[in-house]
Amino acid sequence: MKTDTLIDMLARGPVAVDAGAARRRFAAGLGWGGLGAVLLMAILLGVRPDLFEAAHDPMFWVKLGFVTVMAGFGLPINLRLARPGARLGPLPLGVFAPVAVIWLMATLVLARAPASARPELLWGDTWATCPLNIAMLSLPAFALLMWAMRGMAPTRPRLAGAAVGVLAGSVGAMAYALHCPEMSAPFLAVWYVAGVAVPAAVGALLGPRILRW
Amino acid sequence: MVGAAQGDAAAYHALLGALSTHLRGFFRRRLTRLPDEVEDLIQETLIAIHNQRHTYDPDQPFTSWVHAIAKYKLVDMLRRHGRHALLTDPLDDAMELTAVSDSEASDARRDLDGLLATLPDKQRLPIVHVKIEGLSVIETAQLTGLSVSAVKIGVHRGLKALAARIRGSA
Repeated sequence: MKTDTLIDMLARGPVAVDAGAARRRFAAGLGWGGLGAVLLMAILLGVRPDLFEAAHDPMFWVKLGFVTVMAGFGLPINLRLARPGARLGPLPLGVFAPVAVIWLMATLVLARAPASARPELLWGDTWATCPLNIAMLSLPAFALLMWAMRGMAPTRPRLAGAAVGVLAGSVGAMAYALHCPEMSAPFLAVWYVAGVAVPAAVGALLGPRILRW
Repeated sequence: MVGAAQGDAAAYHALLGALSTHLRGFFRRRLTRLPDEVEDLIQETLIAIHNQRHTYDPDQPFTSWVHAIAKYKLVDMLRRHGRHALLTDPLDDAMELTAVSDSEASDARRDLDGLLATLPDKQRLPIVHVKIEGLSVIETAQLTGLSVSAVKIGVHRGLKALAARIRGSA
């Protein structure tokens, strides 16, 4: 077919386009994904019974806050990666900075604690289930955000997949924080980060396959 | 693109036309070894631009959006071809490649003019009009005042003479 014929054909159809569709799709993915994570957590794991007492502990807010910051930067990163030619700039720092802060806190806490208390701080009581539960709670957001990304045009599909995973993982971790009884920085530094890393790695693996266009 | 997004079909048509010219240059510079793929790739990229036009953010530079799509389609095509050697070609500093091909074309042109100048008029004019400018034999005959058969003979003998000279000079 001649290129000019193709142009005639493309311009003949309806050309108007909904510019806000992308933001709405990601917002919907995030909203429904977050709701799904909270519901899954409430049904399968249960909200921690001492939630209101825990809310007086600053560590509870550190736990909730560091994954919330990651999600807060994860969303604009996803929106940029969804558009060809958009630059990320310093946004990825917003995802790595909270991790760096929690690692720093963990190092300080471990250094100050007596040697006998360190294993408890690091492993807690739930290390074996924590990353898997976070990954499980991230599933609704992961599926919805991947769908949103598929409707866009990521030119770096592996990175875009990983970004979807980080955002979904952060949402999952936010929901899990309402169940999780652990309150120590070393525990968060290892197991929460691992929980977010699982969907991120899955996203990076799936990205090149399902985000092609 | 902004006009097109609001449904202005004429603006959109003009935009796609301008883009196809731009893309032709973009891909030709980068596909010097696969010139046959250029037109297919232009069409593929135009379709992608059309299908993905909702991913364009009016606050973002339009060229970087188009180039990112074009590059994505280019890499995709190269990967399909499985020509890994081509992937190692520098995609960004294509200036050198254009410089070479441009001067090659003008060099060839100059050589041809030089060779043609050595032919007598009744062979040179028929070759220039029929073979280079693409006129018909009858038009050439009317233009030069030669007879139709003289034009045919001139082309034939002139090409033979040119071939002999190229062999001689090579």
